[in-house]
Amino acid sequence: MEITQILFWFLSALALFGAIGVVASKNPIYSVLFLIIVFFAISGHYILMNAQFLAIVNIIVYAGAIMVLFLFVIMLMNLNTETEPIKNVYLKLAGVISGLMLMIVLVAALSHSDTRNIIMRRGTSVGLTENLGKALFNKYVVPFEISSVLFLSAMIGAILIGKKDPVKKNKTLDVKA
Amino acid sequence: MEIKWYIFLSLALFCIGIIGALTRRNSIIVFMCIELMLNSVNLLLVAFSKMHLGEVNAFSYSMATSAQIFVFFIMIVAAAEVSVGLAIIVMLYRNTRSIDINFLNRLKN
Repeated sequence: MEITQILFWFLSALALFGAIGVVASKNPIYSVLFLIIVFFAISGHYILMNAQFLAIVNIIVYAGAIMVLFLFVIMLMNLNTETEPIKNVYLKLAGVISGLMLMIVLVAALSHSDTRNIIMRRGTSVGLTENLGKALFNKYVVPFEISSVLFLSAMIGAILIGKKDPVKKNKTLDVKA
Repeated sequence: MEIKWYIFLSLALFCIGIIGALTRRNSIIVFMCIELMLNSVNLLLVAFSKMHLGEVNAFSYSMATSAQIFVFFIMIVAAAEVSVGLAIIVMLYRNTRSIDINFLNRLKN
């Protein structure tokens, strides 16, 4: 077995372990830490596939920014207590069974497709930063600029939703009136 | 490595995310399961971008580059979505002192 295959199976096992940990852990902080493990495993997969730019962007954006945002929200709201209400166990069982059935159906459908045994070419220079940068700033420069507008609107929306509004009392008065 | 193992790994991650979104009631964990599903789709797109049918010519090369740019834009949209969604969760906690996802309907008026 080659070293890349060993690394593939190791990273896959790590990703699946982390994903199950996200779903199964009671405390939200442990969920965040397991999700960071999943993101690092997926970045390892990107490096294995020679997609270096996406590996670094995945670590910076997901593990660096988004997960810190989750941790801040959990810690600021003091949510790290295990306060999940007791609920119907049949609902939980139904969710697990339906998810597993979806997986069984998709695996059974895809495991007989024609293209399943194509060997992937790792050595191509598709994912290098230089080529992706050329594509991003030549062919995709308009969506790139539009995404900055998206970020601006998301920032304004988050501030508008998150701030304590003095408008609320007036609004309830309006509703009563 | 054959492409099928990447397909099966992405399917497993996606289905774990679906199971978490269906069974958990803590809204932050539901949100993290959605992030997990997005990442499994990203992994599958990158795997497909490395799978060239036939020989590598200019067209398949440009398609593979487009796949990775698409993953980059998915990450951008996910970052914007997370900022707004966490603001909504903070709002939910401020109004109901709980982050149970069944109380989201109390955010009306």
